[in-house]
Amino acid sequence: MRIKLKLIVGLSVLLFSVNIFAASKVHLDHANTDIFDEASLQNGAKLFMNYCSGCHEISLMRYNRIAKDLNLTEEHVAKNLMFAGNKVGEAITTAMPEDGAAKWFGGVPPDLSLVSRSKGTDWIYTYLRSFYDDEERIFGVNNTVLVNASMPDVLWSLRESQSEEEFDQSVLDITNFLDYVGEPAKLIRLKLGKWVLLFLGILFILTYMLKKEYWKDVKYGIWRPRD
Amino acid sequence: MNNKQSWIDQRFPLSKVINEHLAEYYTPRNFNFWYFFGGLAVVMLIMQLVTGIFLTMHYKPDAEYAFASVEYIMRDVEWGWFIRYMHSTGASAFFVIIYLHMMRALLYGSYKGPRELIWILGMVLYILLLAEAFMGYVLPWGQMSFWGAQVIISLFGSVPIVGPDLLVWILGDYAVGDATLNRFFSLHVVVIPLILVVLVFLHIVALHHVGSNNPDGIEIKKNKDADGIPKDGIPFHPYFTIKDSVVVVGFLWIFCAVVFYAPALNGYFLEAPNFIEANPLKTPEHIAPLWYLTPYYSVLRAIPPLFGSQFPGVLGMFAALGVFFLLPWLDRSPVKSIRYRSPIYKWILGTFVISFIMLGWLGVQPVTPLYVLLARIFTTLYFSFFILMPWFSTLGKTKEVPERVTG
Repeated sequence: MRIKLKLIVGLSVLLFSVNIFAASKVHLDHANTDIFDEASLQNGAKLFMNYCSGCHEISLMRYNRIAKDLNLTEEHVAKNLMFAGNKVGEAITTAMPEDGAAKWFGGVPPDLSLVSRSKGTDWIYTYLRSFYDDEERIFGVNNTVLVNASMPDVLWSLRESQSEEEFDQSVLDITNFLDYVGEPAKLIRLKLGKWVLLFLGILFILTYMLKKEYWKDVKYGIWRPRD
Repeated sequence: MNNKQSWIDQRFPLSKVINEHLAEYYTPRNFNFWYFFGGLAVVMLIMQLVTGIFLTMHYKPDAEYAFASVEYIMRDVEWGWFIRYMHSTGASAFFVIIYLHMMRALLYGSYKGPRELIWILGMVLYILLLAEAFMGYVLPWGQMSFWGAQVIISLFGSVPIVGPDLLVWILGDYAVGDATLNRFFSLHVVVIPLILVVLVFLHIVALHHVGSNNPDGIEIKKNKDADGIPKDGIPFHPYFTIKDSVVVVGFLWIFCAVVFYAPALNGYFLEAPNFIEANPLKTPEHIAPLWYLTPYYSVLRAIPPLFGSQFPGVLGMFAALGVFFLLPWLDRSPVKSIRYRSPIYKWILGTFVISFIMLGWLGVQPVTPLYVLLARIFTTLYFSFFILMPWFSTLGKTKEVPERVTG
């Protein structure tokens, strides 16, 4: 019976792999992030740790990796950014208990380590700027990007204290930070890539010249067409 | 013992092997672009084996830890991100190369006698490679890994009578889970790579026995000089080892451009939902297999169910792969190379290639009435190519094949 059910589910998924939630394709604003903008990353880290990390973990990231990549001292990170952990080598988790979270929000807030890779930076940037008042919802707000999101508008105090431009920049910094958290190796690969390609480009020219030299035998030398 | 031989040669035919396969393996002088891909496929196999060994050192085949262990490789293992991206980009690159390698065989009739066995070994390799890639894609244990596995494996459940038992036997459980992940790991890192290496060896031995085909489809061994060396042949080493080195460096340039600047290649090499850990309770919005499987996935979706069973579609999908094996016997043309085939054959081959590409494209699209219709048309064209080949391959006027290779 169980197998039959699974089969039916499996095959119906297969046959109707239609995007039935196509309505979720809302317009997303472009997030012009730059992970080499260190000031933006530092500000993003600060805002994330203050406004987001109370509920959301980035458990695939370590405090000291942030210190190293963002040019901060470990002491600075431990003092200003580490609210839940004990040691700078630890993963960035949240102090919120899971069963409590399920009770308060209807579900455990997702780990955001890879949200920039699964949802994209445009999504994060637009989502955080798309809360609107909705008395029907438990926290009094709803979201146009993620309809009936169970997350409160945690950035409301920022929105009220900053101009629209400043607020957009703050959200962009958080987005930028999450983009970095999604793939810290991006800082290395983008810097290294051009040197690798330059090396291979030079090697290509040299190998090609060597081939030309050898193939003179085939064109004019001992291995020219023989009859 | 022959005392003129070296110590090793007295005990192992080292010089003989080197001569037969490199220094005195006479290769047609007129190889073109399409002949790059066999050598590249070997390079790719080695790259996948080596990067795979290092990934295996850090990866944990456990449904609880698999996803996090891949991210551990991406973050905490020294150069782990580079090894992982080489491996994931390598999988797609391997298929780009293999598809071009197969295209070469279609263009120049390389599957025709006396190379039927090379073709069959190559097809077995291709199917094993599809299985290898599919199982490898399950290992990161993301949402697409899990649900892709769910969809593909459930196909086996549609086999009449034994289907449900077969499904449990493959899964090792009643659902995709830890048992499935563990056996896929074993198959992906041990069983299939071993068979692949052996078959690649046999593929090359068979090739070197009959000799390489070439863009003119002429047997160079038919024209030998007084020393018994083919007049149109040149030694593989050094001429093709150096030429292939240029090709390998050029390929690595493109490969590294992807690894360093677009390792996910806009979701085609690494799909965005696969950055979410597998969740059996949450079906992704849109499940599509990776691009190299999509032509067959399209065939599967194009064939309507019979008596509520999806089995005809599953049969169709495997038939689409299996029919390739018959190619050497379906093609009755007197010439090998596309250069000397009749114009009608060129048009039909072109239609087949377009059908294959279109089926691949349709495989990543959602199902709409128009797309289903298109998938059915292209599936029909795909199978017609093989079924009608004994007839159309004899049609029209072929050009005269020259005695000696050109260009």
